Order: sequence, then structure tokens, then C-alpha cells
Amino acid sequence: MIADEYDPLKGGMFQVLDKDGNLVGDDPGLDVELLKDMYWWMLYTRMADEKALKLQRQGRMGTYAPSRGQEAAQVGSAIAMRKEDWAFPAFRELGMYMLRGMTLEHNLLYFMGDVRGNLVPEGVNNLPIYVPVGTQIPQAVGAAHAMRLLHRDTVVVTYFGDGATSTGDFHEGLNLAGVLKAPVVLVCQNNQWAISVPRARQTASRTIAQKAVAYGFPGVQVDGNDVLAMYLATREAIERARSGGGPTLIEAYTYRLLMHTTADDPKRYRTEAELQEWEARDPLKRYRAYLERRGIWTDGWQLELEARATAMVNEAIARAESVAPPAPEDLFAHMYAEMPDELREQLEQLKRSLDGKEVEDDADRIQGGFP
Amino acid sequence: MTQMNMVEALNSALHEEMARDSAVVVLGEDVGVDGGVFRVTDRLIERFGPDRVLDTPLSESGFVGLAAGMALYGLRPVVELQFDGFVPPAFDQVFSHISRMRNRSQGRYSMPLVIRFPYGGGVRALEHHAESIETLFVHTPGLKVVVPATPGDAKGLLSSAIRDPDPVIFIEPKRLYRAAKEEVPDGPYTEPLGKARVARQGDDVTLVGWGAMVPRMLRAAELVAAKGTSVEVIDLRTLKPYDEASVHASVERTGRAVVVQEAPRTLGLASELSARISEKLMASLEAPVVRLTGFDVPFPYYKMEAWAMPDVDRIIKAMRTVLTW
Repeated sequence: MIADEYDPLKGGMFQVLDKDGNLVGDDPGLDVELLKDMYWWMLYTRMADEKALKLQRQGRMGTYAPSRGQEAAQVGSAIAMRKEDWAFPAFRELGMYMLRGMTLEHNLLYFMGDVRGNLVPEGVNNLPIYVPVGTQIPQAVGAAHAMRLLHRDTVVVTYFGDGATSTGDFHEGLNLAGVLKAPVVLVCQNNQWAISVPRARQTASRTIAQKAVAYGFPGVQVDGNDVLAMYLATREAIERARSGGGPTLIEAYTYRLLMHTTADDPKRYRTEAELQEWEARDPLKRYRAYLERRGIWTDGWQLELEARATAMVNEAIARAESVAPPAPEDLFAHMYAEMPDELREQLEQLKRSLDGKEVEDDADRIQGGFP
Repeated sequence: MTQMNMVEALNSALHEEMARDSAVVVLGEDVGVDGGVFRVTDRLIERFGPDRVLDTPLSESGFVGLAAGMALYGLRPVVELQFDGFVPPAFDQVFSHISRMRNRSQGRYSMPLVIRFPYGGGVRALEHHAESIETLFVHTPGLKVVVPATPGDAKGLLSSAIRDPDPVIFIEPKRLYRAAKEEVPDGPYTEPLGKARVARQGDDVTLVGWGAMVPRMLRAAELVAAKGTSVEVIDLRTLKPYDEASVHASVERTGRAVVVQEAPRTLGLASELSARISEKLMASLEAPVVRLTGFDVPFPYYKMEAWAMPDVDRIIKAMRTVLTW
């Protein structure tokens, strides 16, 4: 068991591949199709993320939280889930989001300021993005608890960052998970920075994984830039949860290579040297080196995947940018199962004021910018 | 005097008050090295050091409670909550203790701190970054609530809030952070809490509002002035305690009032003002007090945000309603 071998109080981080893609121990012997899938999702995530950043820079999209550098943490964990399991995200899980069937188009729409981007397709058991940090954690535990009460064999995987581990919701959620022995896997993408606050200023604990010990269940620190390690650790945690063994905290030790969101400038708070150090541990380069050594990765395959990703990204952008503009009804839609009269009246007021608009004024224009 | 925008004016107030009183400390997420996500706390850590400018872990309930304890023991904390949408976890500390410690301890203890946060929409922000939640604090007994609308007031009112013996919730209209510059006094400078400001004088109708609604009210007043309507615009500045004298003197004279708020309609501060004006000035009113507000929906994502906020057009129409009653 990985969780026994990597007891966080004894130290040590679970790794399958070193930063150059060499096997640390034995090859886990995973199915070649699965290995190829993982690479595809990581590459697609990287390319979609790059394009999303460009859209923001061109003014075609609002504030965006990039995933660059965290593809292995997201893909390795999410690919271990079954379709009928549930995922509770934070806001920096593009790889997980797409892998779970939420579509890039939805993600772009969301960051284009359109609530329709939150619409979860039928058959996909994901929650929409959670912006207020850590708030998804107790809810994920609650959904997992409900699965147990209803004798389902599904589990919940929830995602959050190192900053979230300081919130009350994290501690209350983990405590509940332990007490209730809920079938939940808690994946912390420890990307070392919560905007400008480094991990060392977030908690005095040596690791985040060790926090699980206090709540009475396993925690394991995993090299979050090693997709194979993330897959194996999450697979084991999911099996434990599914078989009634309760929760696991996985600390994916990774790094946010870009800004917190497009609204901030990391040069204000971290060094170029640190960035270079982590660029050298890029999860894609490492995994590609491994696949190449295995004879799975070739130049031709890379070109094929890139062409496919480019086409998919372009199509998603075209679709996101061509959705019909929202109507006044959309502002009031889905407030309640049935719209109360007072909201209907407010909708009519808005429609009347838009129909009879007399003044378009500069004072109404966007001012100030974000942030 | 120096030309400043609102961010610079707030930053100036913090520099002056920290220099003036060594008990003043600043804490919050990213307020140190980063200077705050909007740069309101820029360069404080260089000047006053990390003991007085604390980058906190990400735990609003925790560090607002921390500030309450620091205030209890004699410091003057100024807490920054990063965005309006991240305020709720801290509300427990505010509601259960900070607002009532003076009362609970029968005057033995108090918690003189300032909690600052940006509020409001109109900047293409992500969800949970554009809320107007001032009513929650106005409704909570024991707090003072301040919303500046100009750089000068931002500096003067924040300085007064820091010196005030009671807890002050200081809510900053982020849409106006960099919208305009004006001459702001150098050095320590205060504006009194609890006093509204007549932003424009007029005789026919009174517009009352605060924060990001103030420039829109002024613009609406300017547009109707060209057609012969004289509008008095009152910038409330302090939402609690309410400056009844200034507002009521104006409405008594004009006989007509429109209260404008960005927040959702039901139980917003506009409702309270409407009730107070109606109760006290029934005999002087020529028309019912009209509330112009946001809608009873969560503040929308940015594609629809223009619809959610009272604009110049709607302000003019609301005035027409009371003028033609």
C-alpha cells in the first residue's frame, strides 16, 4: 500500500518517475492505452490552457486561472475515477474538468462571463467551479456520506489548493470525513503559492499530507508532476473509499508555472530561479521522456495529437464565441423551481427599461478594470 | 495636495495612520509583499515591516478573529478582506463578537478595528467578486459602516475609521478605484464619520446613494439639468449611523426622493431609507419615495452585469416617476 509506505509522519514523497522521466522503482505495468490517454489529456490541457490565456490577453475572455504545470496532478487523479463517481472542483482543474466530460467550450464560456458555462451535461457527475476557497470540501464529504447511506458504490473526489488547507471548511470537512468514514478522496494541488503567499507561510506543518493523520485517516504526499504516481495513489485511495475504508488525503506536490489569475503578476513575489527550477520538472516533458523510452511516444504521434488538440480547441472557441447573447430572462432564470411573482415583476421592469432605453452614458461604461 | 485616485488615497491614509500611531497594524491575504491585489497596501511592508503588515494564511474567519483579539489587547488592526464574495466566512466573528463586545462586556472591552473590502460590480470580474453586501453590516447592531465615493473621502474617512473607538466596516467601490483622480490633502487628513455629503445642490428632487452609484447619480442630474430639472445629489458616505439631518433636510425642501442602490432590492438599505423618510416627512412629500435597486438575483457574470446595476437611464426614469406623480 502506497499510503502505508509513504506515511507522512515518516516523510518521503511517492514517485514513479523522476524529473527526467526515469523509473524510480519497478514499472507499474499499466495498460498502454491508458498511458497514451494520460498523455493525450495532459497535452490537450496544456494546449487549451495556452489558448485560453491568449483569449484573455486579446480581451476575448475575462479573468482566467491557468493550469500550466499542474496537468499531471489533474489528469493522473481524474483518470482513476469511474464515470459514475462525482467530482467537486475548485477553479484550477482544467484537465480534470475536460477529462470528466465538462467540455472546453463550457470552461471558456464560464470565463467569458457566461453562467451557461456552468451547465453540467447530463450523465456527467461534476459540480461547477467553486470560487470561494475550500467551500466545496464539506459538500464533497456530504455527497460521499449520502452515497454510503444509499448503499451506492460510487465515491467523491474533491480538489483544492494549498491555500484552502488554511480554511475552516478544510478542517471541518476533513474532520467530518474521518468521523463519518466517508468515501471521499481529497486531492490537494499544492502548487506552492496562494497568490503571493508561499506554502511555508500558509501552514507550519512540514507537509500538507500529514494533516490527515490528525483526522484519523491516511494522507500521502505524491509528486504531483508525475502523472503515474498521481494515478496510482488516487486509484488506491478510490479503491479504499469504494470498499468502505474511508477517506484519503492526497497532497499533489506541484507548481503553478504561471500567475494565480491573469489579474496578478508573479514577478512581484517569486524569483526567476525558483521558476526555472520548476520548469525543469515540467510534468509533460517528464512523461514524454518516459513514453519515448517505452517506444510509445514518437514525433509523428506528437504531431497527430497536436493537430487533434488544435482542431478541438479551435472548435470549442468558435462554439463558445458564437452562443447567442443572454436575454433578460436569463438573469432571472433558475432562481427557484418556479418563478415567484415578485421576480416576474422585476423581470418585466428590466425588460421595460431596456426596451425604452433613452440614455447610453459614459458613466455606465466599465471603469477601473479587474482587479 | 496631490492628484490621487481612490487606491492611492486609501494607500496614503494607511501610510499616514501607521506613521502616526504605532498601534495601527494591517493584515490580510496578500497585503504584504504583493501590496494587496488592488495595491491598496502598496509599500507598507517595506516601510513598517512584517510585524505591522501581516500576510495571513487564507482563512477569513481566522484572521478577522485574530484582529478582534489584537484590537481587544490595544492594537488598531486594519483588516483587508480580498473581495466582497470572500467576506461571509468572517461574518461569524463580526456578527457574534466584534459588533457586540462593547455591549456584552458592559463597556469593559471594545474591538476598535477596521475591516476593509472592495465591493460591487461593473469591472468584468469573476463570480463572487462583485457583490454588494453592505446591508448585512448595516443590519448588524454595533457596527459603523462607511462607503466612500471619491478619493478625498476615501482618505479622510479611512483615517477617521482607524481612529474611531468602535468597529468600522469600510467598504470600497472597486469600480471607482481607478476611475477618477482628484486633489487629496497630503499628510494626516480626516473626514467625519456619520456625515453625508451634498454632492450637487438642487431643488426639485433628491437623489440619495453611495459608492459606485454616486457618479451615475451626478451624471443623471447633469443630463436632466439641461432640461430644466434641478437635482440634489446626496452621497451618504456613512451608511451607519445614518445622517438623518442632512438627508431629511434635503427631502423636506424638494419633497421628492429616489434612493439608488446597487445591492438587491429586498431589505436593502434603500428600503430602510425609504421607510425613515416616509415616517418622518409624510407631510412634506409630493410623491412616494422610490427605490432604484439591483434585482433579487445573485450578481450575474459579466455578460449580464450591466443589467443588474442601476444605470443613468434608469436613474432618470426613476426621477421622472417621482416628478410626475
